Amino acid sequence: MGGSGSRLSKELLAEYQDLTFLTKQEILLSVYVVLAPHLVDNEQQARSGNEHGRPIAENTDSSPLSTRAHRRFCELLPQEQRSVESSLQAQVPFEQILSLPELKANPFKERICRVFSTSPARDSLSFEDFLDLLSVFSDTATPDIKSHYAFRIFDFDDDGTLNREDLSRLVNCLTGEGEDTRLSASEMKQLIDNILEESDIDRDGTINLSEFQHVISRSPDFASSFKIVL
Amino acid sequence: MSESSATALPPGRPSRQPAVHPENLSLDSSCFSSPPVNFLQELPSYRSIARRRTTVHSRDKQSGTLLKPTDSYSSQLEDRIAENLSGQSLRNYALNISEKRRLRDIQETQMKYLSEWDQWKRYSSKSWKRFLEKAREMTTHLELWREDIRSIEGKFGTGIQSYFSFLRFLVLLNLVIFLIIFMLVLLPVLLTKYKLTNSSFVLIPFKETDIQCTVYPVSSSGLIYFYSYIIDLLSGTGFLEETSLFYGHYTIDGVKFQNFTYDLPLAYLLSTVTYLALSLLWIVKRSVEGFKINLIRSEEHFQSYCNKIFAGWDFCITNRGMADLKHSSLRYELRADLEEERIRQKIAERTSEETIRIYSLRLFLNCIVLAVLGACFYAIYVATVFSQEHMKKEIDKMVFGENLLILYLPSIVITLANFITPMIFTKIIRYEDYSPGFEIRLTILRCVFMRLATICVLVFTLGSKITSCDDDTCDLCGYNQKLYPCWETQVGQEMYKLMIFDFIIILAVTLFVDFPRKLLVTYCSSWKLIQCWGQQEFAIPDNVLGIVYGQTICWIGAFFSPLLPAIATLKFIIIFYVKEWSLLYTCRPSPRPFRASNSNFFFLLVLLIGLCLAIIPLTISISRIPSSKACGPFTNFNTTWEVIPMTVSTFPSSLQSFIHGVTSEAFAVPFFMIICLIMFYFIALAGAHKRVVIQLREQLSLESRDKRYLIQKLTEAQRDTRN
Repeated sequence: MGGSGSRLSKELLAEYQDLTFLTKQEILLSVYVVLAPHLVDNEQQARSGNEHGRPIAENTDSSPLSTRAHRRFCELLPQEQRSVESSLQAQVPFEQILSLPELKANPFKERICRVFSTSPARDSLSFEDFLDLLSVFSDTATPDIKSHYAFRIFDFDDDGTLNREDLSRLVNCLTGEGEDTRLSASEMKQLIDNILEESDIDRDGTINLSEFQHVISRSPDFASSFKIVL
Repeated sequence: MSESSATALPPGRPSRQPAVHPENLSLDSSCFSSPPVNFLQELPSYRSIARRRTTVHSRDKQSGTLLKPTDSYSSQLEDRIAENLSGQSLRNYALNISEKRRLRDIQETQMKYLSEWDQWKRYSSKSWKRFLEKAREMTTHLELWREDIRSIEGKFGTGIQSYFSFLRFLVLLNLVIFLIIFMLVLLPVLLTKYKLTNSSFVLIPFKETDIQCTVYPVSSSGLIYFYSYIIDLLSGTGFLEETSLFYGHYTIDGVKFQNFTYDLPLAYLLSTVTYLALSLLWIVKRSVEGFKINLIRSEEHFQSYCNKIFAGWDFCITNRGMADLKHSSLRYELRADLEEERIRQKIAERTSEETIRIYSLRLFLNCIVLAVLGACFYAIYVATVFSQEHMKKEIDKMVFGENLLILYLPSIVITLANFITPMIFTKIIRYEDYSPGFEIRLTILRCVFMRLATICVLVFTLGSKITSCDDDTCDLCGYNQKLYPCWETQVGQEMYKLMIFDFIIILAVTLFVDFPRKLLVTYCSSWKLIQCWGQQEFAIPDNVLGIVYGQTICWIGAFFSPLLPAIATLKFIIIFYVKEWSLLYTCRPSPRPFRASNSNFFFLLVLLIGLCLAIIPLTISISRIPSSKACGPFTNFNTTWEVIPMTVSTFPSSLQSFIHGVTSEAFAVPFFMIICLIMFYFIALAGAHKRVVIQLREQLSLESRDKRYLIQKLTEAQRDTRN
């Protein structure tokens, strides 16, 4: 990991540390994964003359963290964009992000990608978006930040409030994807009535951001469940 | 998403917004249709939500949505920052990296206009924050078993992970207790043993008390069989009795240093008080920081629906199988909660006749529960008495197995009782017709009480045996010195045996029940019976009760056997690895979820109950039962507690009178009354706050209705002017 650390300049590293909640090690991990396929590709090409070097998990590094973090961001990039500068700006389409192990099993993965994407068409993530994502989901992010982004993730129709439709889609995400896993209509209605009863303070039928943050601040499980560990 | 201008109502609505028709708005509060979104986006309240820390109201520029930070939005942000240079970190802004970068550039240009002093202040606060972060990063590396617990969390969820965090907490607690005891008691003893200091030993009194009290027969036999070493190791008798493992070894009265004499009996007593107080403080601190309870809220349970829905999904889950399991457990939990609500509504609608019937049935069943408890306690009492009596006989003449059986009889009876009673309680509670959540909680509480009370019964039985005599021999020394010349050591031995047996049982159950079960399920899965039985589930409440039981034994026993916390530390470390191994290789995750938030509070509550139950026998034995005159550091005192008054009497007289004043009734009664007054004040304050909160909520909902009405009127007016 020493080689890759020198490729990312110290100023850039310090800047990322200032702007996100990630530790130096975590940033280097993401960056290392950005550059490791580059190194592995060179080795592999030297060995086997393969053009499409697909890095293999087991051979890149012996440290458990980077093997766990393998097949992250830049493996997803096409070959020509794997230098440091262009990799920081390159955009990766959603299908490849959704194949990451941390997001694969998550029912909210599409919403997460959509919320963190800053591209104009909102269909791809750059490396900095990815760092943002990791920062919000890290251990040290403040509950304010987490609840802000949680609100955006749960707002399926992006209208700034959680209405009944949003809530029912949220519950369906939680209970499973099949047809037989959904709650019945009466159960869903009872559940959403209870949720609105608890959280809708101004009784307008929707939950806005401040009501959401108020409910989350009293929720004991939120901080421990809303995190992704690399 | 396109932006709408501030002035005109856009004829073509932005594509992503829901189709809202003004005629859907009604003043009827039962019809919850969404108000026109484009208007609401422009309201100052919406803008200020995104940046809660600023106090500046936004100017009404182009409307941007809450979600997408457009140019106008960030230029507003820049204005706000320009006017309100907060020193807070950029990380706390909910923006993406490129915008934070821009903000930082603005901040830095702003800094140039500041005075030197402000610049230096800002720079030093930044570097201080960086230093703190580095320090925090370093300390997280020191955390014990961090990787193990993280991987368990990823595979099995936060409920089971909280059990292992709890186990780690107990390891640390026991280590700290042992360090306290070591510093205060063991270190001076070691210094004396290696002749580094002089010390005076305890005088065996022969003036006041009868010389019979001081007889301490040392067990010695001519021919020692090999197995007697094993028995000694397992029961703390024989060669172990003389070692520093037990109370009887500590016969030093004072350790002489250069300037002062270190009073060992006082230190021994103070170490006990210290470790109990430290445990209490640490547990309370941990339960407060892990669990935010807001007493002003009017909700009955904190496991609200919002908590389950918004914080329901564990984002750490990476395994497809675990995700499916989590889905099904969430489904189960939601359905169970909705079911419980329906049942509660039904209960509220019960007729009075049914209520009377149910309550009388419950009374009857509670009497049965009490009878079961009484039977278990009586069985333990009989077993302890039997074991103590037969231990005094010629134990060397018995057969090996019979020997151990007699010695371990109380432990065996306790374990059997703890195995049978939960099954009985689960059967009984079905007839009591409670809601399902309450059933589970009540059963767990009964099992907790059962488990912890058995230790108390054991200790009280021993206490009664120690202070009861057939004839008047107790009056000589205050205790039964014929059978118990050194009763603290013997109580310590019982605690030691309990701890060893508990450890053996946990290991045996894991090795001889869990693993064969797993092997059977894997290799003989064709048999219907095996399939039904299935793999072991990691039952969190039972496991937690097991380790709380071990910790209670350690707390009680640490006074009588100072090395017991060290043994407990080792035991818990081994149990951690055994349980982790068993979890990973033999268990399947339970479909009935055990919430993490609930868990933390539950574990610490049970531990607190254990601590309170441990303090009772200790207080009685320290202050009521006379200390043994044949061994230990307290032979010169009547009871162990007498050390304190004697020490106080050596203080200067002003301090003495102060202490006497503080502990007298003249001080205690007014103090108690003042505490009561303060408590009533806070209760009244909480009630007043509750009422204010209810009023404010009503006011908010009225304001919201006003707002919607006004928007509707405005929309109608605009439509009229357009037409």
